[in-house]
Amino acid sequence: MTSARDITRACNPPRAAFLDFPLGHTTGKPHAPDLQRRILVEALSSFETLTVPGSMKELPFRWSEDEEWKAKAFAEGDDRTPRHDTPQFQDEEDCRRANVGDPPSLPFC
Amino acid sequence: MGPVDYIPRIRDNYARLGYKAYNWVVNRDTAPWAPLRKPLSKCRLGLAASGGIYVAGQVAFHYKDDTSHREIPTYVDAKVLRATHFAYDLSDARTDPNVVFPIDTLRRLVREGFLGGLASRFYTFMGGIYSSRRVIEDLAPRLTSRFLEDGVDAVLLVPV
Repeated sequence: MTSARDITRACNPPRAAFLDFPLGHTTGKPHAPDLQRRILVEALSSFETLTVPGSMKELPFRWSEDEEWKAKAFAEGDDRTPRHDTPQFQDEEDCRRANVGDPPSLPFC
Repeated sequence: MGPVDYIPRIRDNYARLGYKAYNWVVNRDTAPWAPLRKPLSKCRLGLAASGGIYVAGQVAFHYKDDTSHREIPTYVDAKVLRATHFAYDLSDARTDPNVVFPIDTLRRLVREGFLGGLASRFYTFMGGIYSSRRVIEDLAPRLTSRFLEDGVDAVLLVPV
């Protein structure tokens, strides 16, 4: 699956299903299980229907009526997080739990 | 409006920030092809996702060319899944990991009979690995050998 059509075309995988959603939502919108299901049914069906190597199926879903999110995707600037080489836990509690793992991990926090 | 073209957008951003241009992977050969030998309703599906998902208690990914992977038990409760990544907005993935790691969705499709079954474990890693060489020589073959061990008929790849 992909939400970055040009990057996936360049990689040229055997089969692809393109969902025109903002990055971070390759398999659907949050808390929308029925939509997530329809998206995966459409995407997985391409295992049976695509017959030409390198084909990409365009999935029939839109993020919103207007396409304002695409303008934001073109916004200037670098909004990426600095690239630390230590584990980046979602929260402190996860870090504590990893510290007491079996076998014990290094103390991360 | 057509799809967002990310390659020129990222090229322009890098130029503006004074970074060296990124060398995107471009595969010009015909893609390898393995036909599906049976209907999806008889297939065991594997899953690999690059959105930085881990299970609470596992060590999180780091943000600098991390080529490690995590094994996620297929029947884990989605509530204990966490997300970490340097290059996409995590707010939705953290409240519903199914947006980048469709674990509940795939389990539902098995219950409904759309899929035959799932591998006993899924795989996650953190994308944004700048070195495509490390992916080609290390991460990809490692995951491929896991999928062969797991006896899957097809694999769903979910990048972010």
